[in-house]
Amino acid sequence: MREIPSSVIREAAVRLIYEASYRIGPDIEAAIRAGIGRERSAAARGVLEQIAESYEIARAESVAICQDTGMAVFFFEIGQEVHIIGPFEEAVNDAVREAYRDGYLRKSVVAEPMFERVNTGDNTPAVIHMRLVPGDRIHILFTPKGFGSENMSRIRMFPPAAGVEGMKRFVIETVAEAGPNPCPPVIVGVGVGGTFEQAALTAKRMTARPVGSHNADPRYAALEDELLAAINRLGVGPAGIGGATTALAVNIDYRPTHIAGMPVAVNMCCHCARHAETTL
Amino acid sequence: MNEKRIRLPLTRETARTLRAGETVLLTGSIYTGRDAAHKRLIQLLDEGKPLPIDVKDQVIYYVGPAPASPGHAVGSAGPTTSYRMDSYAPRLIELGLTGMIGKGKRNQAVIDAMKRYGAVYFGAVGGAAALIARRIKKSEVVCYEDLGSEAIHRFEIEDFPAIVLIDSEGGNLYETGPAAYRAEIEDEAQ
Repeated sequence: MREIPSSVIREAAVRLIYEASYRIGPDIEAAIRAGIGRERSAAARGVLEQIAESYEIARAESVAICQDTGMAVFFFEIGQEVHIIGPFEEAVNDAVREAYRDGYLRKSVVAEPMFERVNTGDNTPAVIHMRLVPGDRIHILFTPKGFGSENMSRIRMFPPAAGVEGMKRFVIETVAEAGPNPCPPVIVGVGVGGTFEQAALTAKRMTARPVGSHNADPRYAALEDELLAAINRLGVGPAGIGGATTALAVNIDYRPTHIAGMPVAVNMCCHCARHAETTL
Repeated sequence: MNEKRIRLPLTRETARTLRAGETVLLTGSIYTGRDAAHKRLIQLLDEGKPLPIDVKDQVIYYVGPAPASPGHAVGSAGPTTSYRMDSYAPRLIELGLTGMIGKGKRNQAVIDAMKRYGAVYFGAVGGAAALIARRIKKSEVVCYEDLGSEAIHRFEIEDFPAIVLIDSEGGNLYETGPAAYRAEIEDEAQ
């Protein structure tokens, strides 16, 4: 049994929030710069150049990459040999409170969604996903999510007969209909199979997979490439004004599912697909 | 790039000269407003009460900025998605609003009001928030301070980079831009 005080988790979470909010991943920045070389119109190149310059400013000045610093989403993998000393959820929410206040990040959470919509003022509560895994370590992934792209996400419960073609059409349609709204170039996270909520969670997890990586299953990897090419033929382009770079990546994963179903969830993410991770 | 420099306030006459696809640099004073502030403005109009701001010849930027860190006028301040303001915008355009800055599609009612009264929809680049913040030189809260980031602010902007997305004749870069790209790649495939 390894003991980890909840204060250690809090401190790690604070660091991850800063890192993700100020520093875009090198995979995304490289993909944006590669896009500049691909665009034919000066306006589309101009958009990508603004994005790349903005990333540099955010990093150099430690300011938010995007003003929508999102809901604070965490994925925890906790080794079952770990004993956390102190309140776990409180530590995570304390981290959010501290980092969003001291890091000049926007507080974008309302306590109740329909009647009052009053801002909680400190960006809590965090959204915490957790899995118990073998071992004595804790892995933390922080992936804040803005709602420009979250609002363009979709899930559909397909019958098995819809097959690969049904899934492909749904993913392409979702990106096409979102058009300029989710801040393209986008990262498209796709979850296939599982239950309703598992498909959505898988799609969310896929928005944080590095650009350029592929699913280990060659059939899914090929589908990722095929869908990326098809989406980039839509012509939506940077900021939706037309061009070659509509998506930087299509990341797909699957889960075992029911004999009667084939859920497909598409979690759209803007190019600011912020994430940071660490292992304790 | 060949940017057109525009000084604000934006008269209807100037708004009518702008064409979808033009890149512009805006300088002058603008208001901010998003969901919650718009809701309050329209509520006042519904009650027959005056607005706390005069929107005539004004531009509203759909933004909820991040808090300013020391030494900055404002925190990161990229555009939010505009369709959420679609149910409110036509009323403000009717009252003289000549420009909106945001990102994403607008509905037909907004476009019809823009054509009828002479207004323009500018796009700022979503996710270029740190760069845009540098072009905002001053920020002050005008009203609805309780809304925090969603309060109506007045920004002094200098060479704020934007693209005309939809013009006062209904020209729409979100339609023509992607269509032009698709036509080009289809031509090449043949």
